[in-house]
Amino acid sequence: MNRYPLWKYALLLVALLVGLIYTLPNLFGEAPAVQVSSAKVTVRVDDTVRQRVEQAITQAGVTPDFVHLEAGSIRARFHDTDAQIKAKDAIAKALNGDETSDPTYIVALNLVSRSPEWLTALHAFPMYLGLDLRGGVHFLMQVDMKAALTKKAESMAADVRTMLRDKNIRHAGISREGNDVAINFRDEATRTQAQNLLRDQVPDFAWVPSGAGTELRLTGSLTPKAVVAVQDAAIKQNITTLHNRVNELGVAEPVILQQGRDRVVVQLPGVQDTAKAKDIIGRTATLELRMVDDSAEATAALSGTGPVPFGTERFTEKGGAPIIVKRQVVLTGDNLNDAQPGFDQDHNPSVNLKVDAKGARIMKDVSRESIGKRMAIILFEKGKGQVVTAPVIRGELGNSFSITGGSMSAQEASDTALLLRAGSLAAPMEIIEERTIGPSLGKENIDKGIASVTWGFVAVAIFMCLYYMMFGVFSAVALGFNLLLLLAVLSMLQATLSLPGIAAIALVLGMAIDANVLINERVREELRAGLAPQQAIHAGYERAWATILDSNVTTLIAGLALLAFGSGPIKGFAVVHCLGIVTSMISSVMFSRGLVNLWYGRRKRLKAVSIGTVWKPGPAAAADDTAAEAQ
Amino acid sequence: MEFFRIKRDIPFMKHALILNAVSFLTFIAAVFFLVTKGLHFSIEFTGGTVVEVQYAQAADINRTRHIVEQMGFGEIQVTNFGTARDVMIRLPIKPGVKQDQVAGQVFSALCKADQGQVVAHKEVTPQGESVERQACAVGAAEPLKMTRSELVGPSVGAELAHDAAMALGFTVIGIMLYLAFRFEWKFAVAGIIANLHDVVIILGFFAYFQWEFSLAVLAAILAVLGYSVNESVVIFDRIREAFRKYRKLNTHEIIDHAITSTISRTIITHGSTQMMVLSMLLFGGPTLHYFAVALTIGILFGIYSSVFVAAAIAMWLGVKREDLVKAGPAKQGDPDDPNAGAVV
Repeated sequence: MNRYPLWKYALLLVALLVGLIYTLPNLFGEAPAVQVSSAKVTVRVDDTVRQRVEQAITQAGVTPDFVHLEAGSIRARFHDTDAQIKAKDAIAKALNGDETSDPTYIVALNLVSRSPEWLTALHAFPMYLGLDLRGGVHFLMQVDMKAALTKKAESMAADVRTMLRDKNIRHAGISREGNDVAINFRDEATRTQAQNLLRDQVPDFAWVPSGAGTELRLTGSLTPKAVVAVQDAAIKQNITTLHNRVNELGVAEPVILQQGRDRVVVQLPGVQDTAKAKDIIGRTATLELRMVDDSAEATAALSGTGPVPFGTERFTEKGGAPIIVKRQVVLTGDNLNDAQPGFDQDHNPSVNLKVDAKGARIMKDVSRESIGKRMAIILFEKGKGQVVTAPVIRGELGNSFSITGGSMSAQEASDTALLLRAGSLAAPMEIIEERTIGPSLGKENIDKGIASVTWGFVAVAIFMCLYYMMFGVFSAVALGFNLLLLLAVLSMLQATLSLPGIAAIALVLGMAIDANVLINERVREELRAGLAPQQAIHAGYERAWATILDSNVTTLIAGLALLAFGSGPIKGFAVVHCLGIVTSMISSVMFSRGLVNLWYGRRKRLKAVSIGTVWKPGPAAAADDTAAEAQ
Repeated sequence: MEFFRIKRDIPFMKHALILNAVSFLTFIAAVFFLVTKGLHFSIEFTGGTVVEVQYAQAADINRTRHIVEQMGFGEIQVTNFGTARDVMIRLPIKPGVKQDQVAGQVFSALCKADQGQVVAHKEVTPQGESVERQACAVGAAEPLKMTRSELVGPSVGAELAHDAAMALGFTVIGIMLYLAFRFEWKFAVAGIIANLHDVVIILGFFAYFQWEFSLAVLAAILAVLGYSVNESVVIFDRIREAFRKYRKLNTHEIIDHAITSTISRTIITHGSTQMMVLSMLLFGGPTLHYFAVALTIGILFGIYSSVFVAAAIAMWLGVKREDLVKAGPAKQGDPDDPNAGAVV
């Protein structure tokens, strides 16, 4: 009765093997590495870059463990930090030249797992370490969605104005009220006309008529679907912008994730300088369109023979050439709705811009008067402006127009479009949570966490072996198997391990032994009741199972509650806790039974099992020790 | 080895009244402290800023407190954290103060007090990770370091408190439903009362000693709630089994028998779990300290309440043989039932 079919042993063996393989990468620790990734969305890191990196490293006289290209970044692992730093300098020089303020590639120091390549080939990766174990800074940012909606309504009000004017529909004023757009009319017919037009042209808004007599109104509010779309778009653009800004910090593995509907988590491992990080994240880049001054005085100022004329400023163009621009601002980035790279009718690369209705009107007026003149697009960052481009106006411009330039390449077009777009956040953001953990504290947390798990495990294992003898050994081995399985599952899921996660591992181990105690006590009890050893083992496992299931269900309910309602560190705890309950059921019931079966199952005439003292009450007590360990 | 050589069923229920009175008094004391002293919530719940700095020498807490008090952030707390060199400073949310700059300001004030200057410092750890941080430099020396800082906005705190209440409610209702389904409503009520009384007592300890109640402590409480309910489950399981097996015993004796036959297992499992928790308490450092403390109290009272309180409450509620033995689902498929077929 205490025999497993072969397939069950095989299954356990496979589980053991898989557990070993996937836990293994965590044991190798980390090695210094250099990571190369793209600093610009338009620049791709590919195999040619990898070859350049390899070449640079070899030229520097350093031999890397490997140079890998994966998921858009190159990682080169080294034996020691000296080699790493030498290689980093060499790579940075080879890829970015002497450019330090605006590098094309980010070359950052990083840590990668020291695990051998055959494990990596099996997709066995170590767990990620959370910031509390690794050190770094964590921001939780709240996106001001109300502002995003207001902005949308604002631009819609302007668009409606243009639309009605184009169709010659007379209205008595358009205004934004909260997140709604309100239009006044004097007669019913015009209102109906307007309503029909807007219903077709602006499906994002629901238009409701109200009022009577000559005080007629049409109120448009965003449909619930459009609200979600606006918010989604806002958070997406904010995340993209954050990515661009964070790239500048040169962090090897930044994490920028949406959390909930309106929050963004930013985690920067290895960064402790929150002031600088906040400065860069919270930076507001603004875009301004201004006319270029081409007058004689300006030309003189350019050649250095005269002063900069009154009401103008001197900027540098992208190539480095100076340019004199008027102080008066034609348009700001607020009016710019979109910028995309594209092609003009002659198939030359171009940047296609879309401005809102207000912008369109201004552009129309300005461009009509300035055909043949140049207009500069200036990006202000940290209070310093740079002219992105200064095209010549060729004709009257409307709400969408393109910049095409004789020598602009497709690459330059998409770079420019990105610069024009990346400047701003769709909605303002506020830091609502911030955590900084020093690297030494992280190291300390790891050591302490591991120490608690280890010593707890050792204490429990020793106690089990003493108290339950052979069955205690089985229980301890099963507990070890549980730990192995849990680590393997966490590594497979690529979960992020944090200090609460380690605490959960310790707790799970402490709770998992409960199942084995239940089984062992039950087996003892059956022996006490006078059952033959084989039957006692069988009955003990069978009867304990229902109780084990019960107790795990109640623990799991608490774990799921934490998982559902917890956030941040609690979620980490809950994930490990819930997974641990599941693995503990497998290991303490199936695996320990397997061990028992293997050890005792094949003996036909088993006289006794080694499960410690089976004490019998009453006069029979003297015979108790014979039951144990008397084969 | 066998710790428990119990010859006869121990008459636990004879003392049920006294035991329940003890429970009740502890419970009342816990509620009293919760009401009068209140919990010392961590900033995760209240919002605010925490800064941890490590001095090169043993820190002078009073001096540090004085420096930070002068900055006018309102009611601040300065305590040692772990070692004598580590100092933790807690600052509340103050309207009109830009919260995300508080940590930096405090650090630079402390740095200035030590004649230092805050500089951006870039270094590569021995493992080879580059680290950028603000350091307080006096020449080449570094009198203090910022080891950790945390900032929580007020809205987050309110949300967390809400989520915590939801998690507790979900756990309680889930466990009650499960117990009601698995046994009977009287057991469900008894089990949950017994274990909620543990929760209140843990909270009472935290209120009395003014230990910091953080999210980790909350997680520990919920985990221990699920864990000690299973203790009650084991005993209830035995009660049901004994009701079937021993038809002559009355409820009183049945419960005594059930508790006596599970007491060995109860103490050993809790002992093993406690060994793990103790190891966390000893080696886990200050971050895991209160987590382990909450677990320790929870485990100790868990034994007490599931053994003495839960069964007694079930008894007061009037659990009868008929409640359990006629019970449907568990009964039908149970091959081990010695009375199978014998019930009318």
